[in-house]
Amino acid sequence: MQEGAFIVGAFEHPTRKAPDKTIAQLHAEVAAGALADAGLTPADVDGYFCSGDAPGMGPLTMADYLGLRVRHYDSTDVGGCSYIAHVAHAAQAIAAGKCNVALITLAGRPRSEGLTTMPVRTADERNPDSTWENHFGIQTVNMYAMVAMRHMYEFGTTPEQLAWIKVAASHHAQHNPNAMLRDVVSVEDVVNSPLVADPLHRLDCCVVSDGGGALVVARPEVARELKRPLVAVRGCGESLKGTFGGEVDLTWSAARASGAGAFAEAGVTPADIKYASIYDSFTITVLMQIEDLGFCAKGEGGRFVADGNLISGIGRLPFNTDGGGLCSNHPANRGGVTKVIEAVRQARGEAHPAVQVKNADLVIASGIGGLLGARHASATLILERH
Amino acid sequence: MVERAIPSPVIDAESAPFYAAAREGRFLVRRCTETGRFHWYPRALCPFSLKETEWVEASGRGAIYSYSVMRRADPPYAIAYVRLEEGPVMLTNIVESDFDALAVGQKVGLVFVPTAGEGTPVPCFRVVRP
Repeated sequence: MQEGAFIVGAFEHPTRKAPDKTIAQLHAEVAAGALADAGLTPADVDGYFCSGDAPGMGPLTMADYLGLRVRHYDSTDVGGCSYIAHVAHAAQAIAAGKCNVALITLAGRPRSEGLTTMPVRTADERNPDSTWENHFGIQTVNMYAMVAMRHMYEFGTTPEQLAWIKVAASHHAQHNPNAMLRDVVSVEDVVNSPLVADPLHRLDCCVVSDGGGALVVARPEVARELKRPLVAVRGCGESLKGTFGGEVDLTWSAARASGAGAFAEAGVTPADIKYASIYDSFTITVLMQIEDLGFCAKGEGGRFVADGNLISGIGRLPFNTDGGGLCSNHPANRGGVTKVIEAVRQARGEAHPAVQVKNADLVIASGIGGLLGARHASATLILERH
Repeated sequence: MVERAIPSPVIDAESAPFYAAAREGRFLVRRCTETGRFHWYPRALCPFSLKETEWVEASGRGAIYSYSVMRRADPPYAIAYVRLEEGPVMLTNIVESDFDALAVGQKVGLVFVPTAGEGTPVPCFRVVRP
């Protein structure tokens, strides 16, 4: 996808608690922020993307609220990684001539509304798995915890190794004034925090926050006229993984296929990547993606993430330098958009100086949506600064 | 030990025969009429071939593939994937067992647990002492 499309605008809402704002209002605020960042106006937008966090009938409702006149729309909803897929879809739509400037928004206020998790099951009796599974007490956390449990059984991964992922995130969050959790934590802090769902502790889990984020993707002719660094969409991949009729194998995730697709399209390898935004709903989510994207061999993730290997300036794979979902925010209980935003900051050289990776010209954003231990989606994006 | 009260299952047209059999203490799984292959969760059409399927009584024996005890719930409960002797892995709860002694690979046996309301039994498993 050489020269296909560029991310020209990125904006993360600074709020982490917004009891006095509507969800639509938060969408509008991040849309305004991303367009201002790009140097564009709402009148320039001719493609609009939103997902399940948007109120009403998705783009139909929100484009009206935002006053947009668009000729292309997309409401792909595969959970928290939807917005990474939206960037891919926007780049494809631009390449196909369907739009010139695509706006992607996410916003929500689960913290103000007291939602510790997105409803993982609708009460809808038409959901085909409801009749078999709803009553067993499925929670987001236990459906990720079972992946961690199996990983420990298969590969000898330890709670201390998983804890290093949170430790690394906290090292980065100390430099982010907007982060919810800014204290640096130790491996002991993580493994001594209360067990939520074996083997995941409280500090293995991401925060619950209000907020949002937006991205603007534009065709090259538009992007070159703007005054922002050029961040090209080089490769995209997406994939779904389910329970495969009972052939459950929790040792790999959909990131295996989405990552392979993105690297193949970009024509680069994991060794070329300077910075990684990796969706961190839980520590195990990061570990699985690191292995499945090919940053280390399957089963080696525990050893790979240990000893600060994910800390910017120290380790081989600096990740989530904003503090990620584990420390900074997780707006709408969906972390995809913030992953892309921090990857764009890194590629532009606009991350916090304490965590900015030197010459981060090739970066990755990867996400998992849904339940890692059951039905989930993965989306992977490789970006390059020109 | 007080165990979590399991809510009644949602029952739909595809699962009604399963829960009717469960009320009689029979644990049914579904297999492809063409290939004989078992699958879970049960579907009218086989997820491997989209051919017709049929109900078959299963052994109720299996082993824990993975599990997680919800420690923050009161009372705690254990969600699990159990690999059935017939092959498929199913989502379930481990009950009537020492949650602190659970392990991947442990042999388990079916126990139908009556649920709230009308008491429709749902298929859970308990650790089998060798």
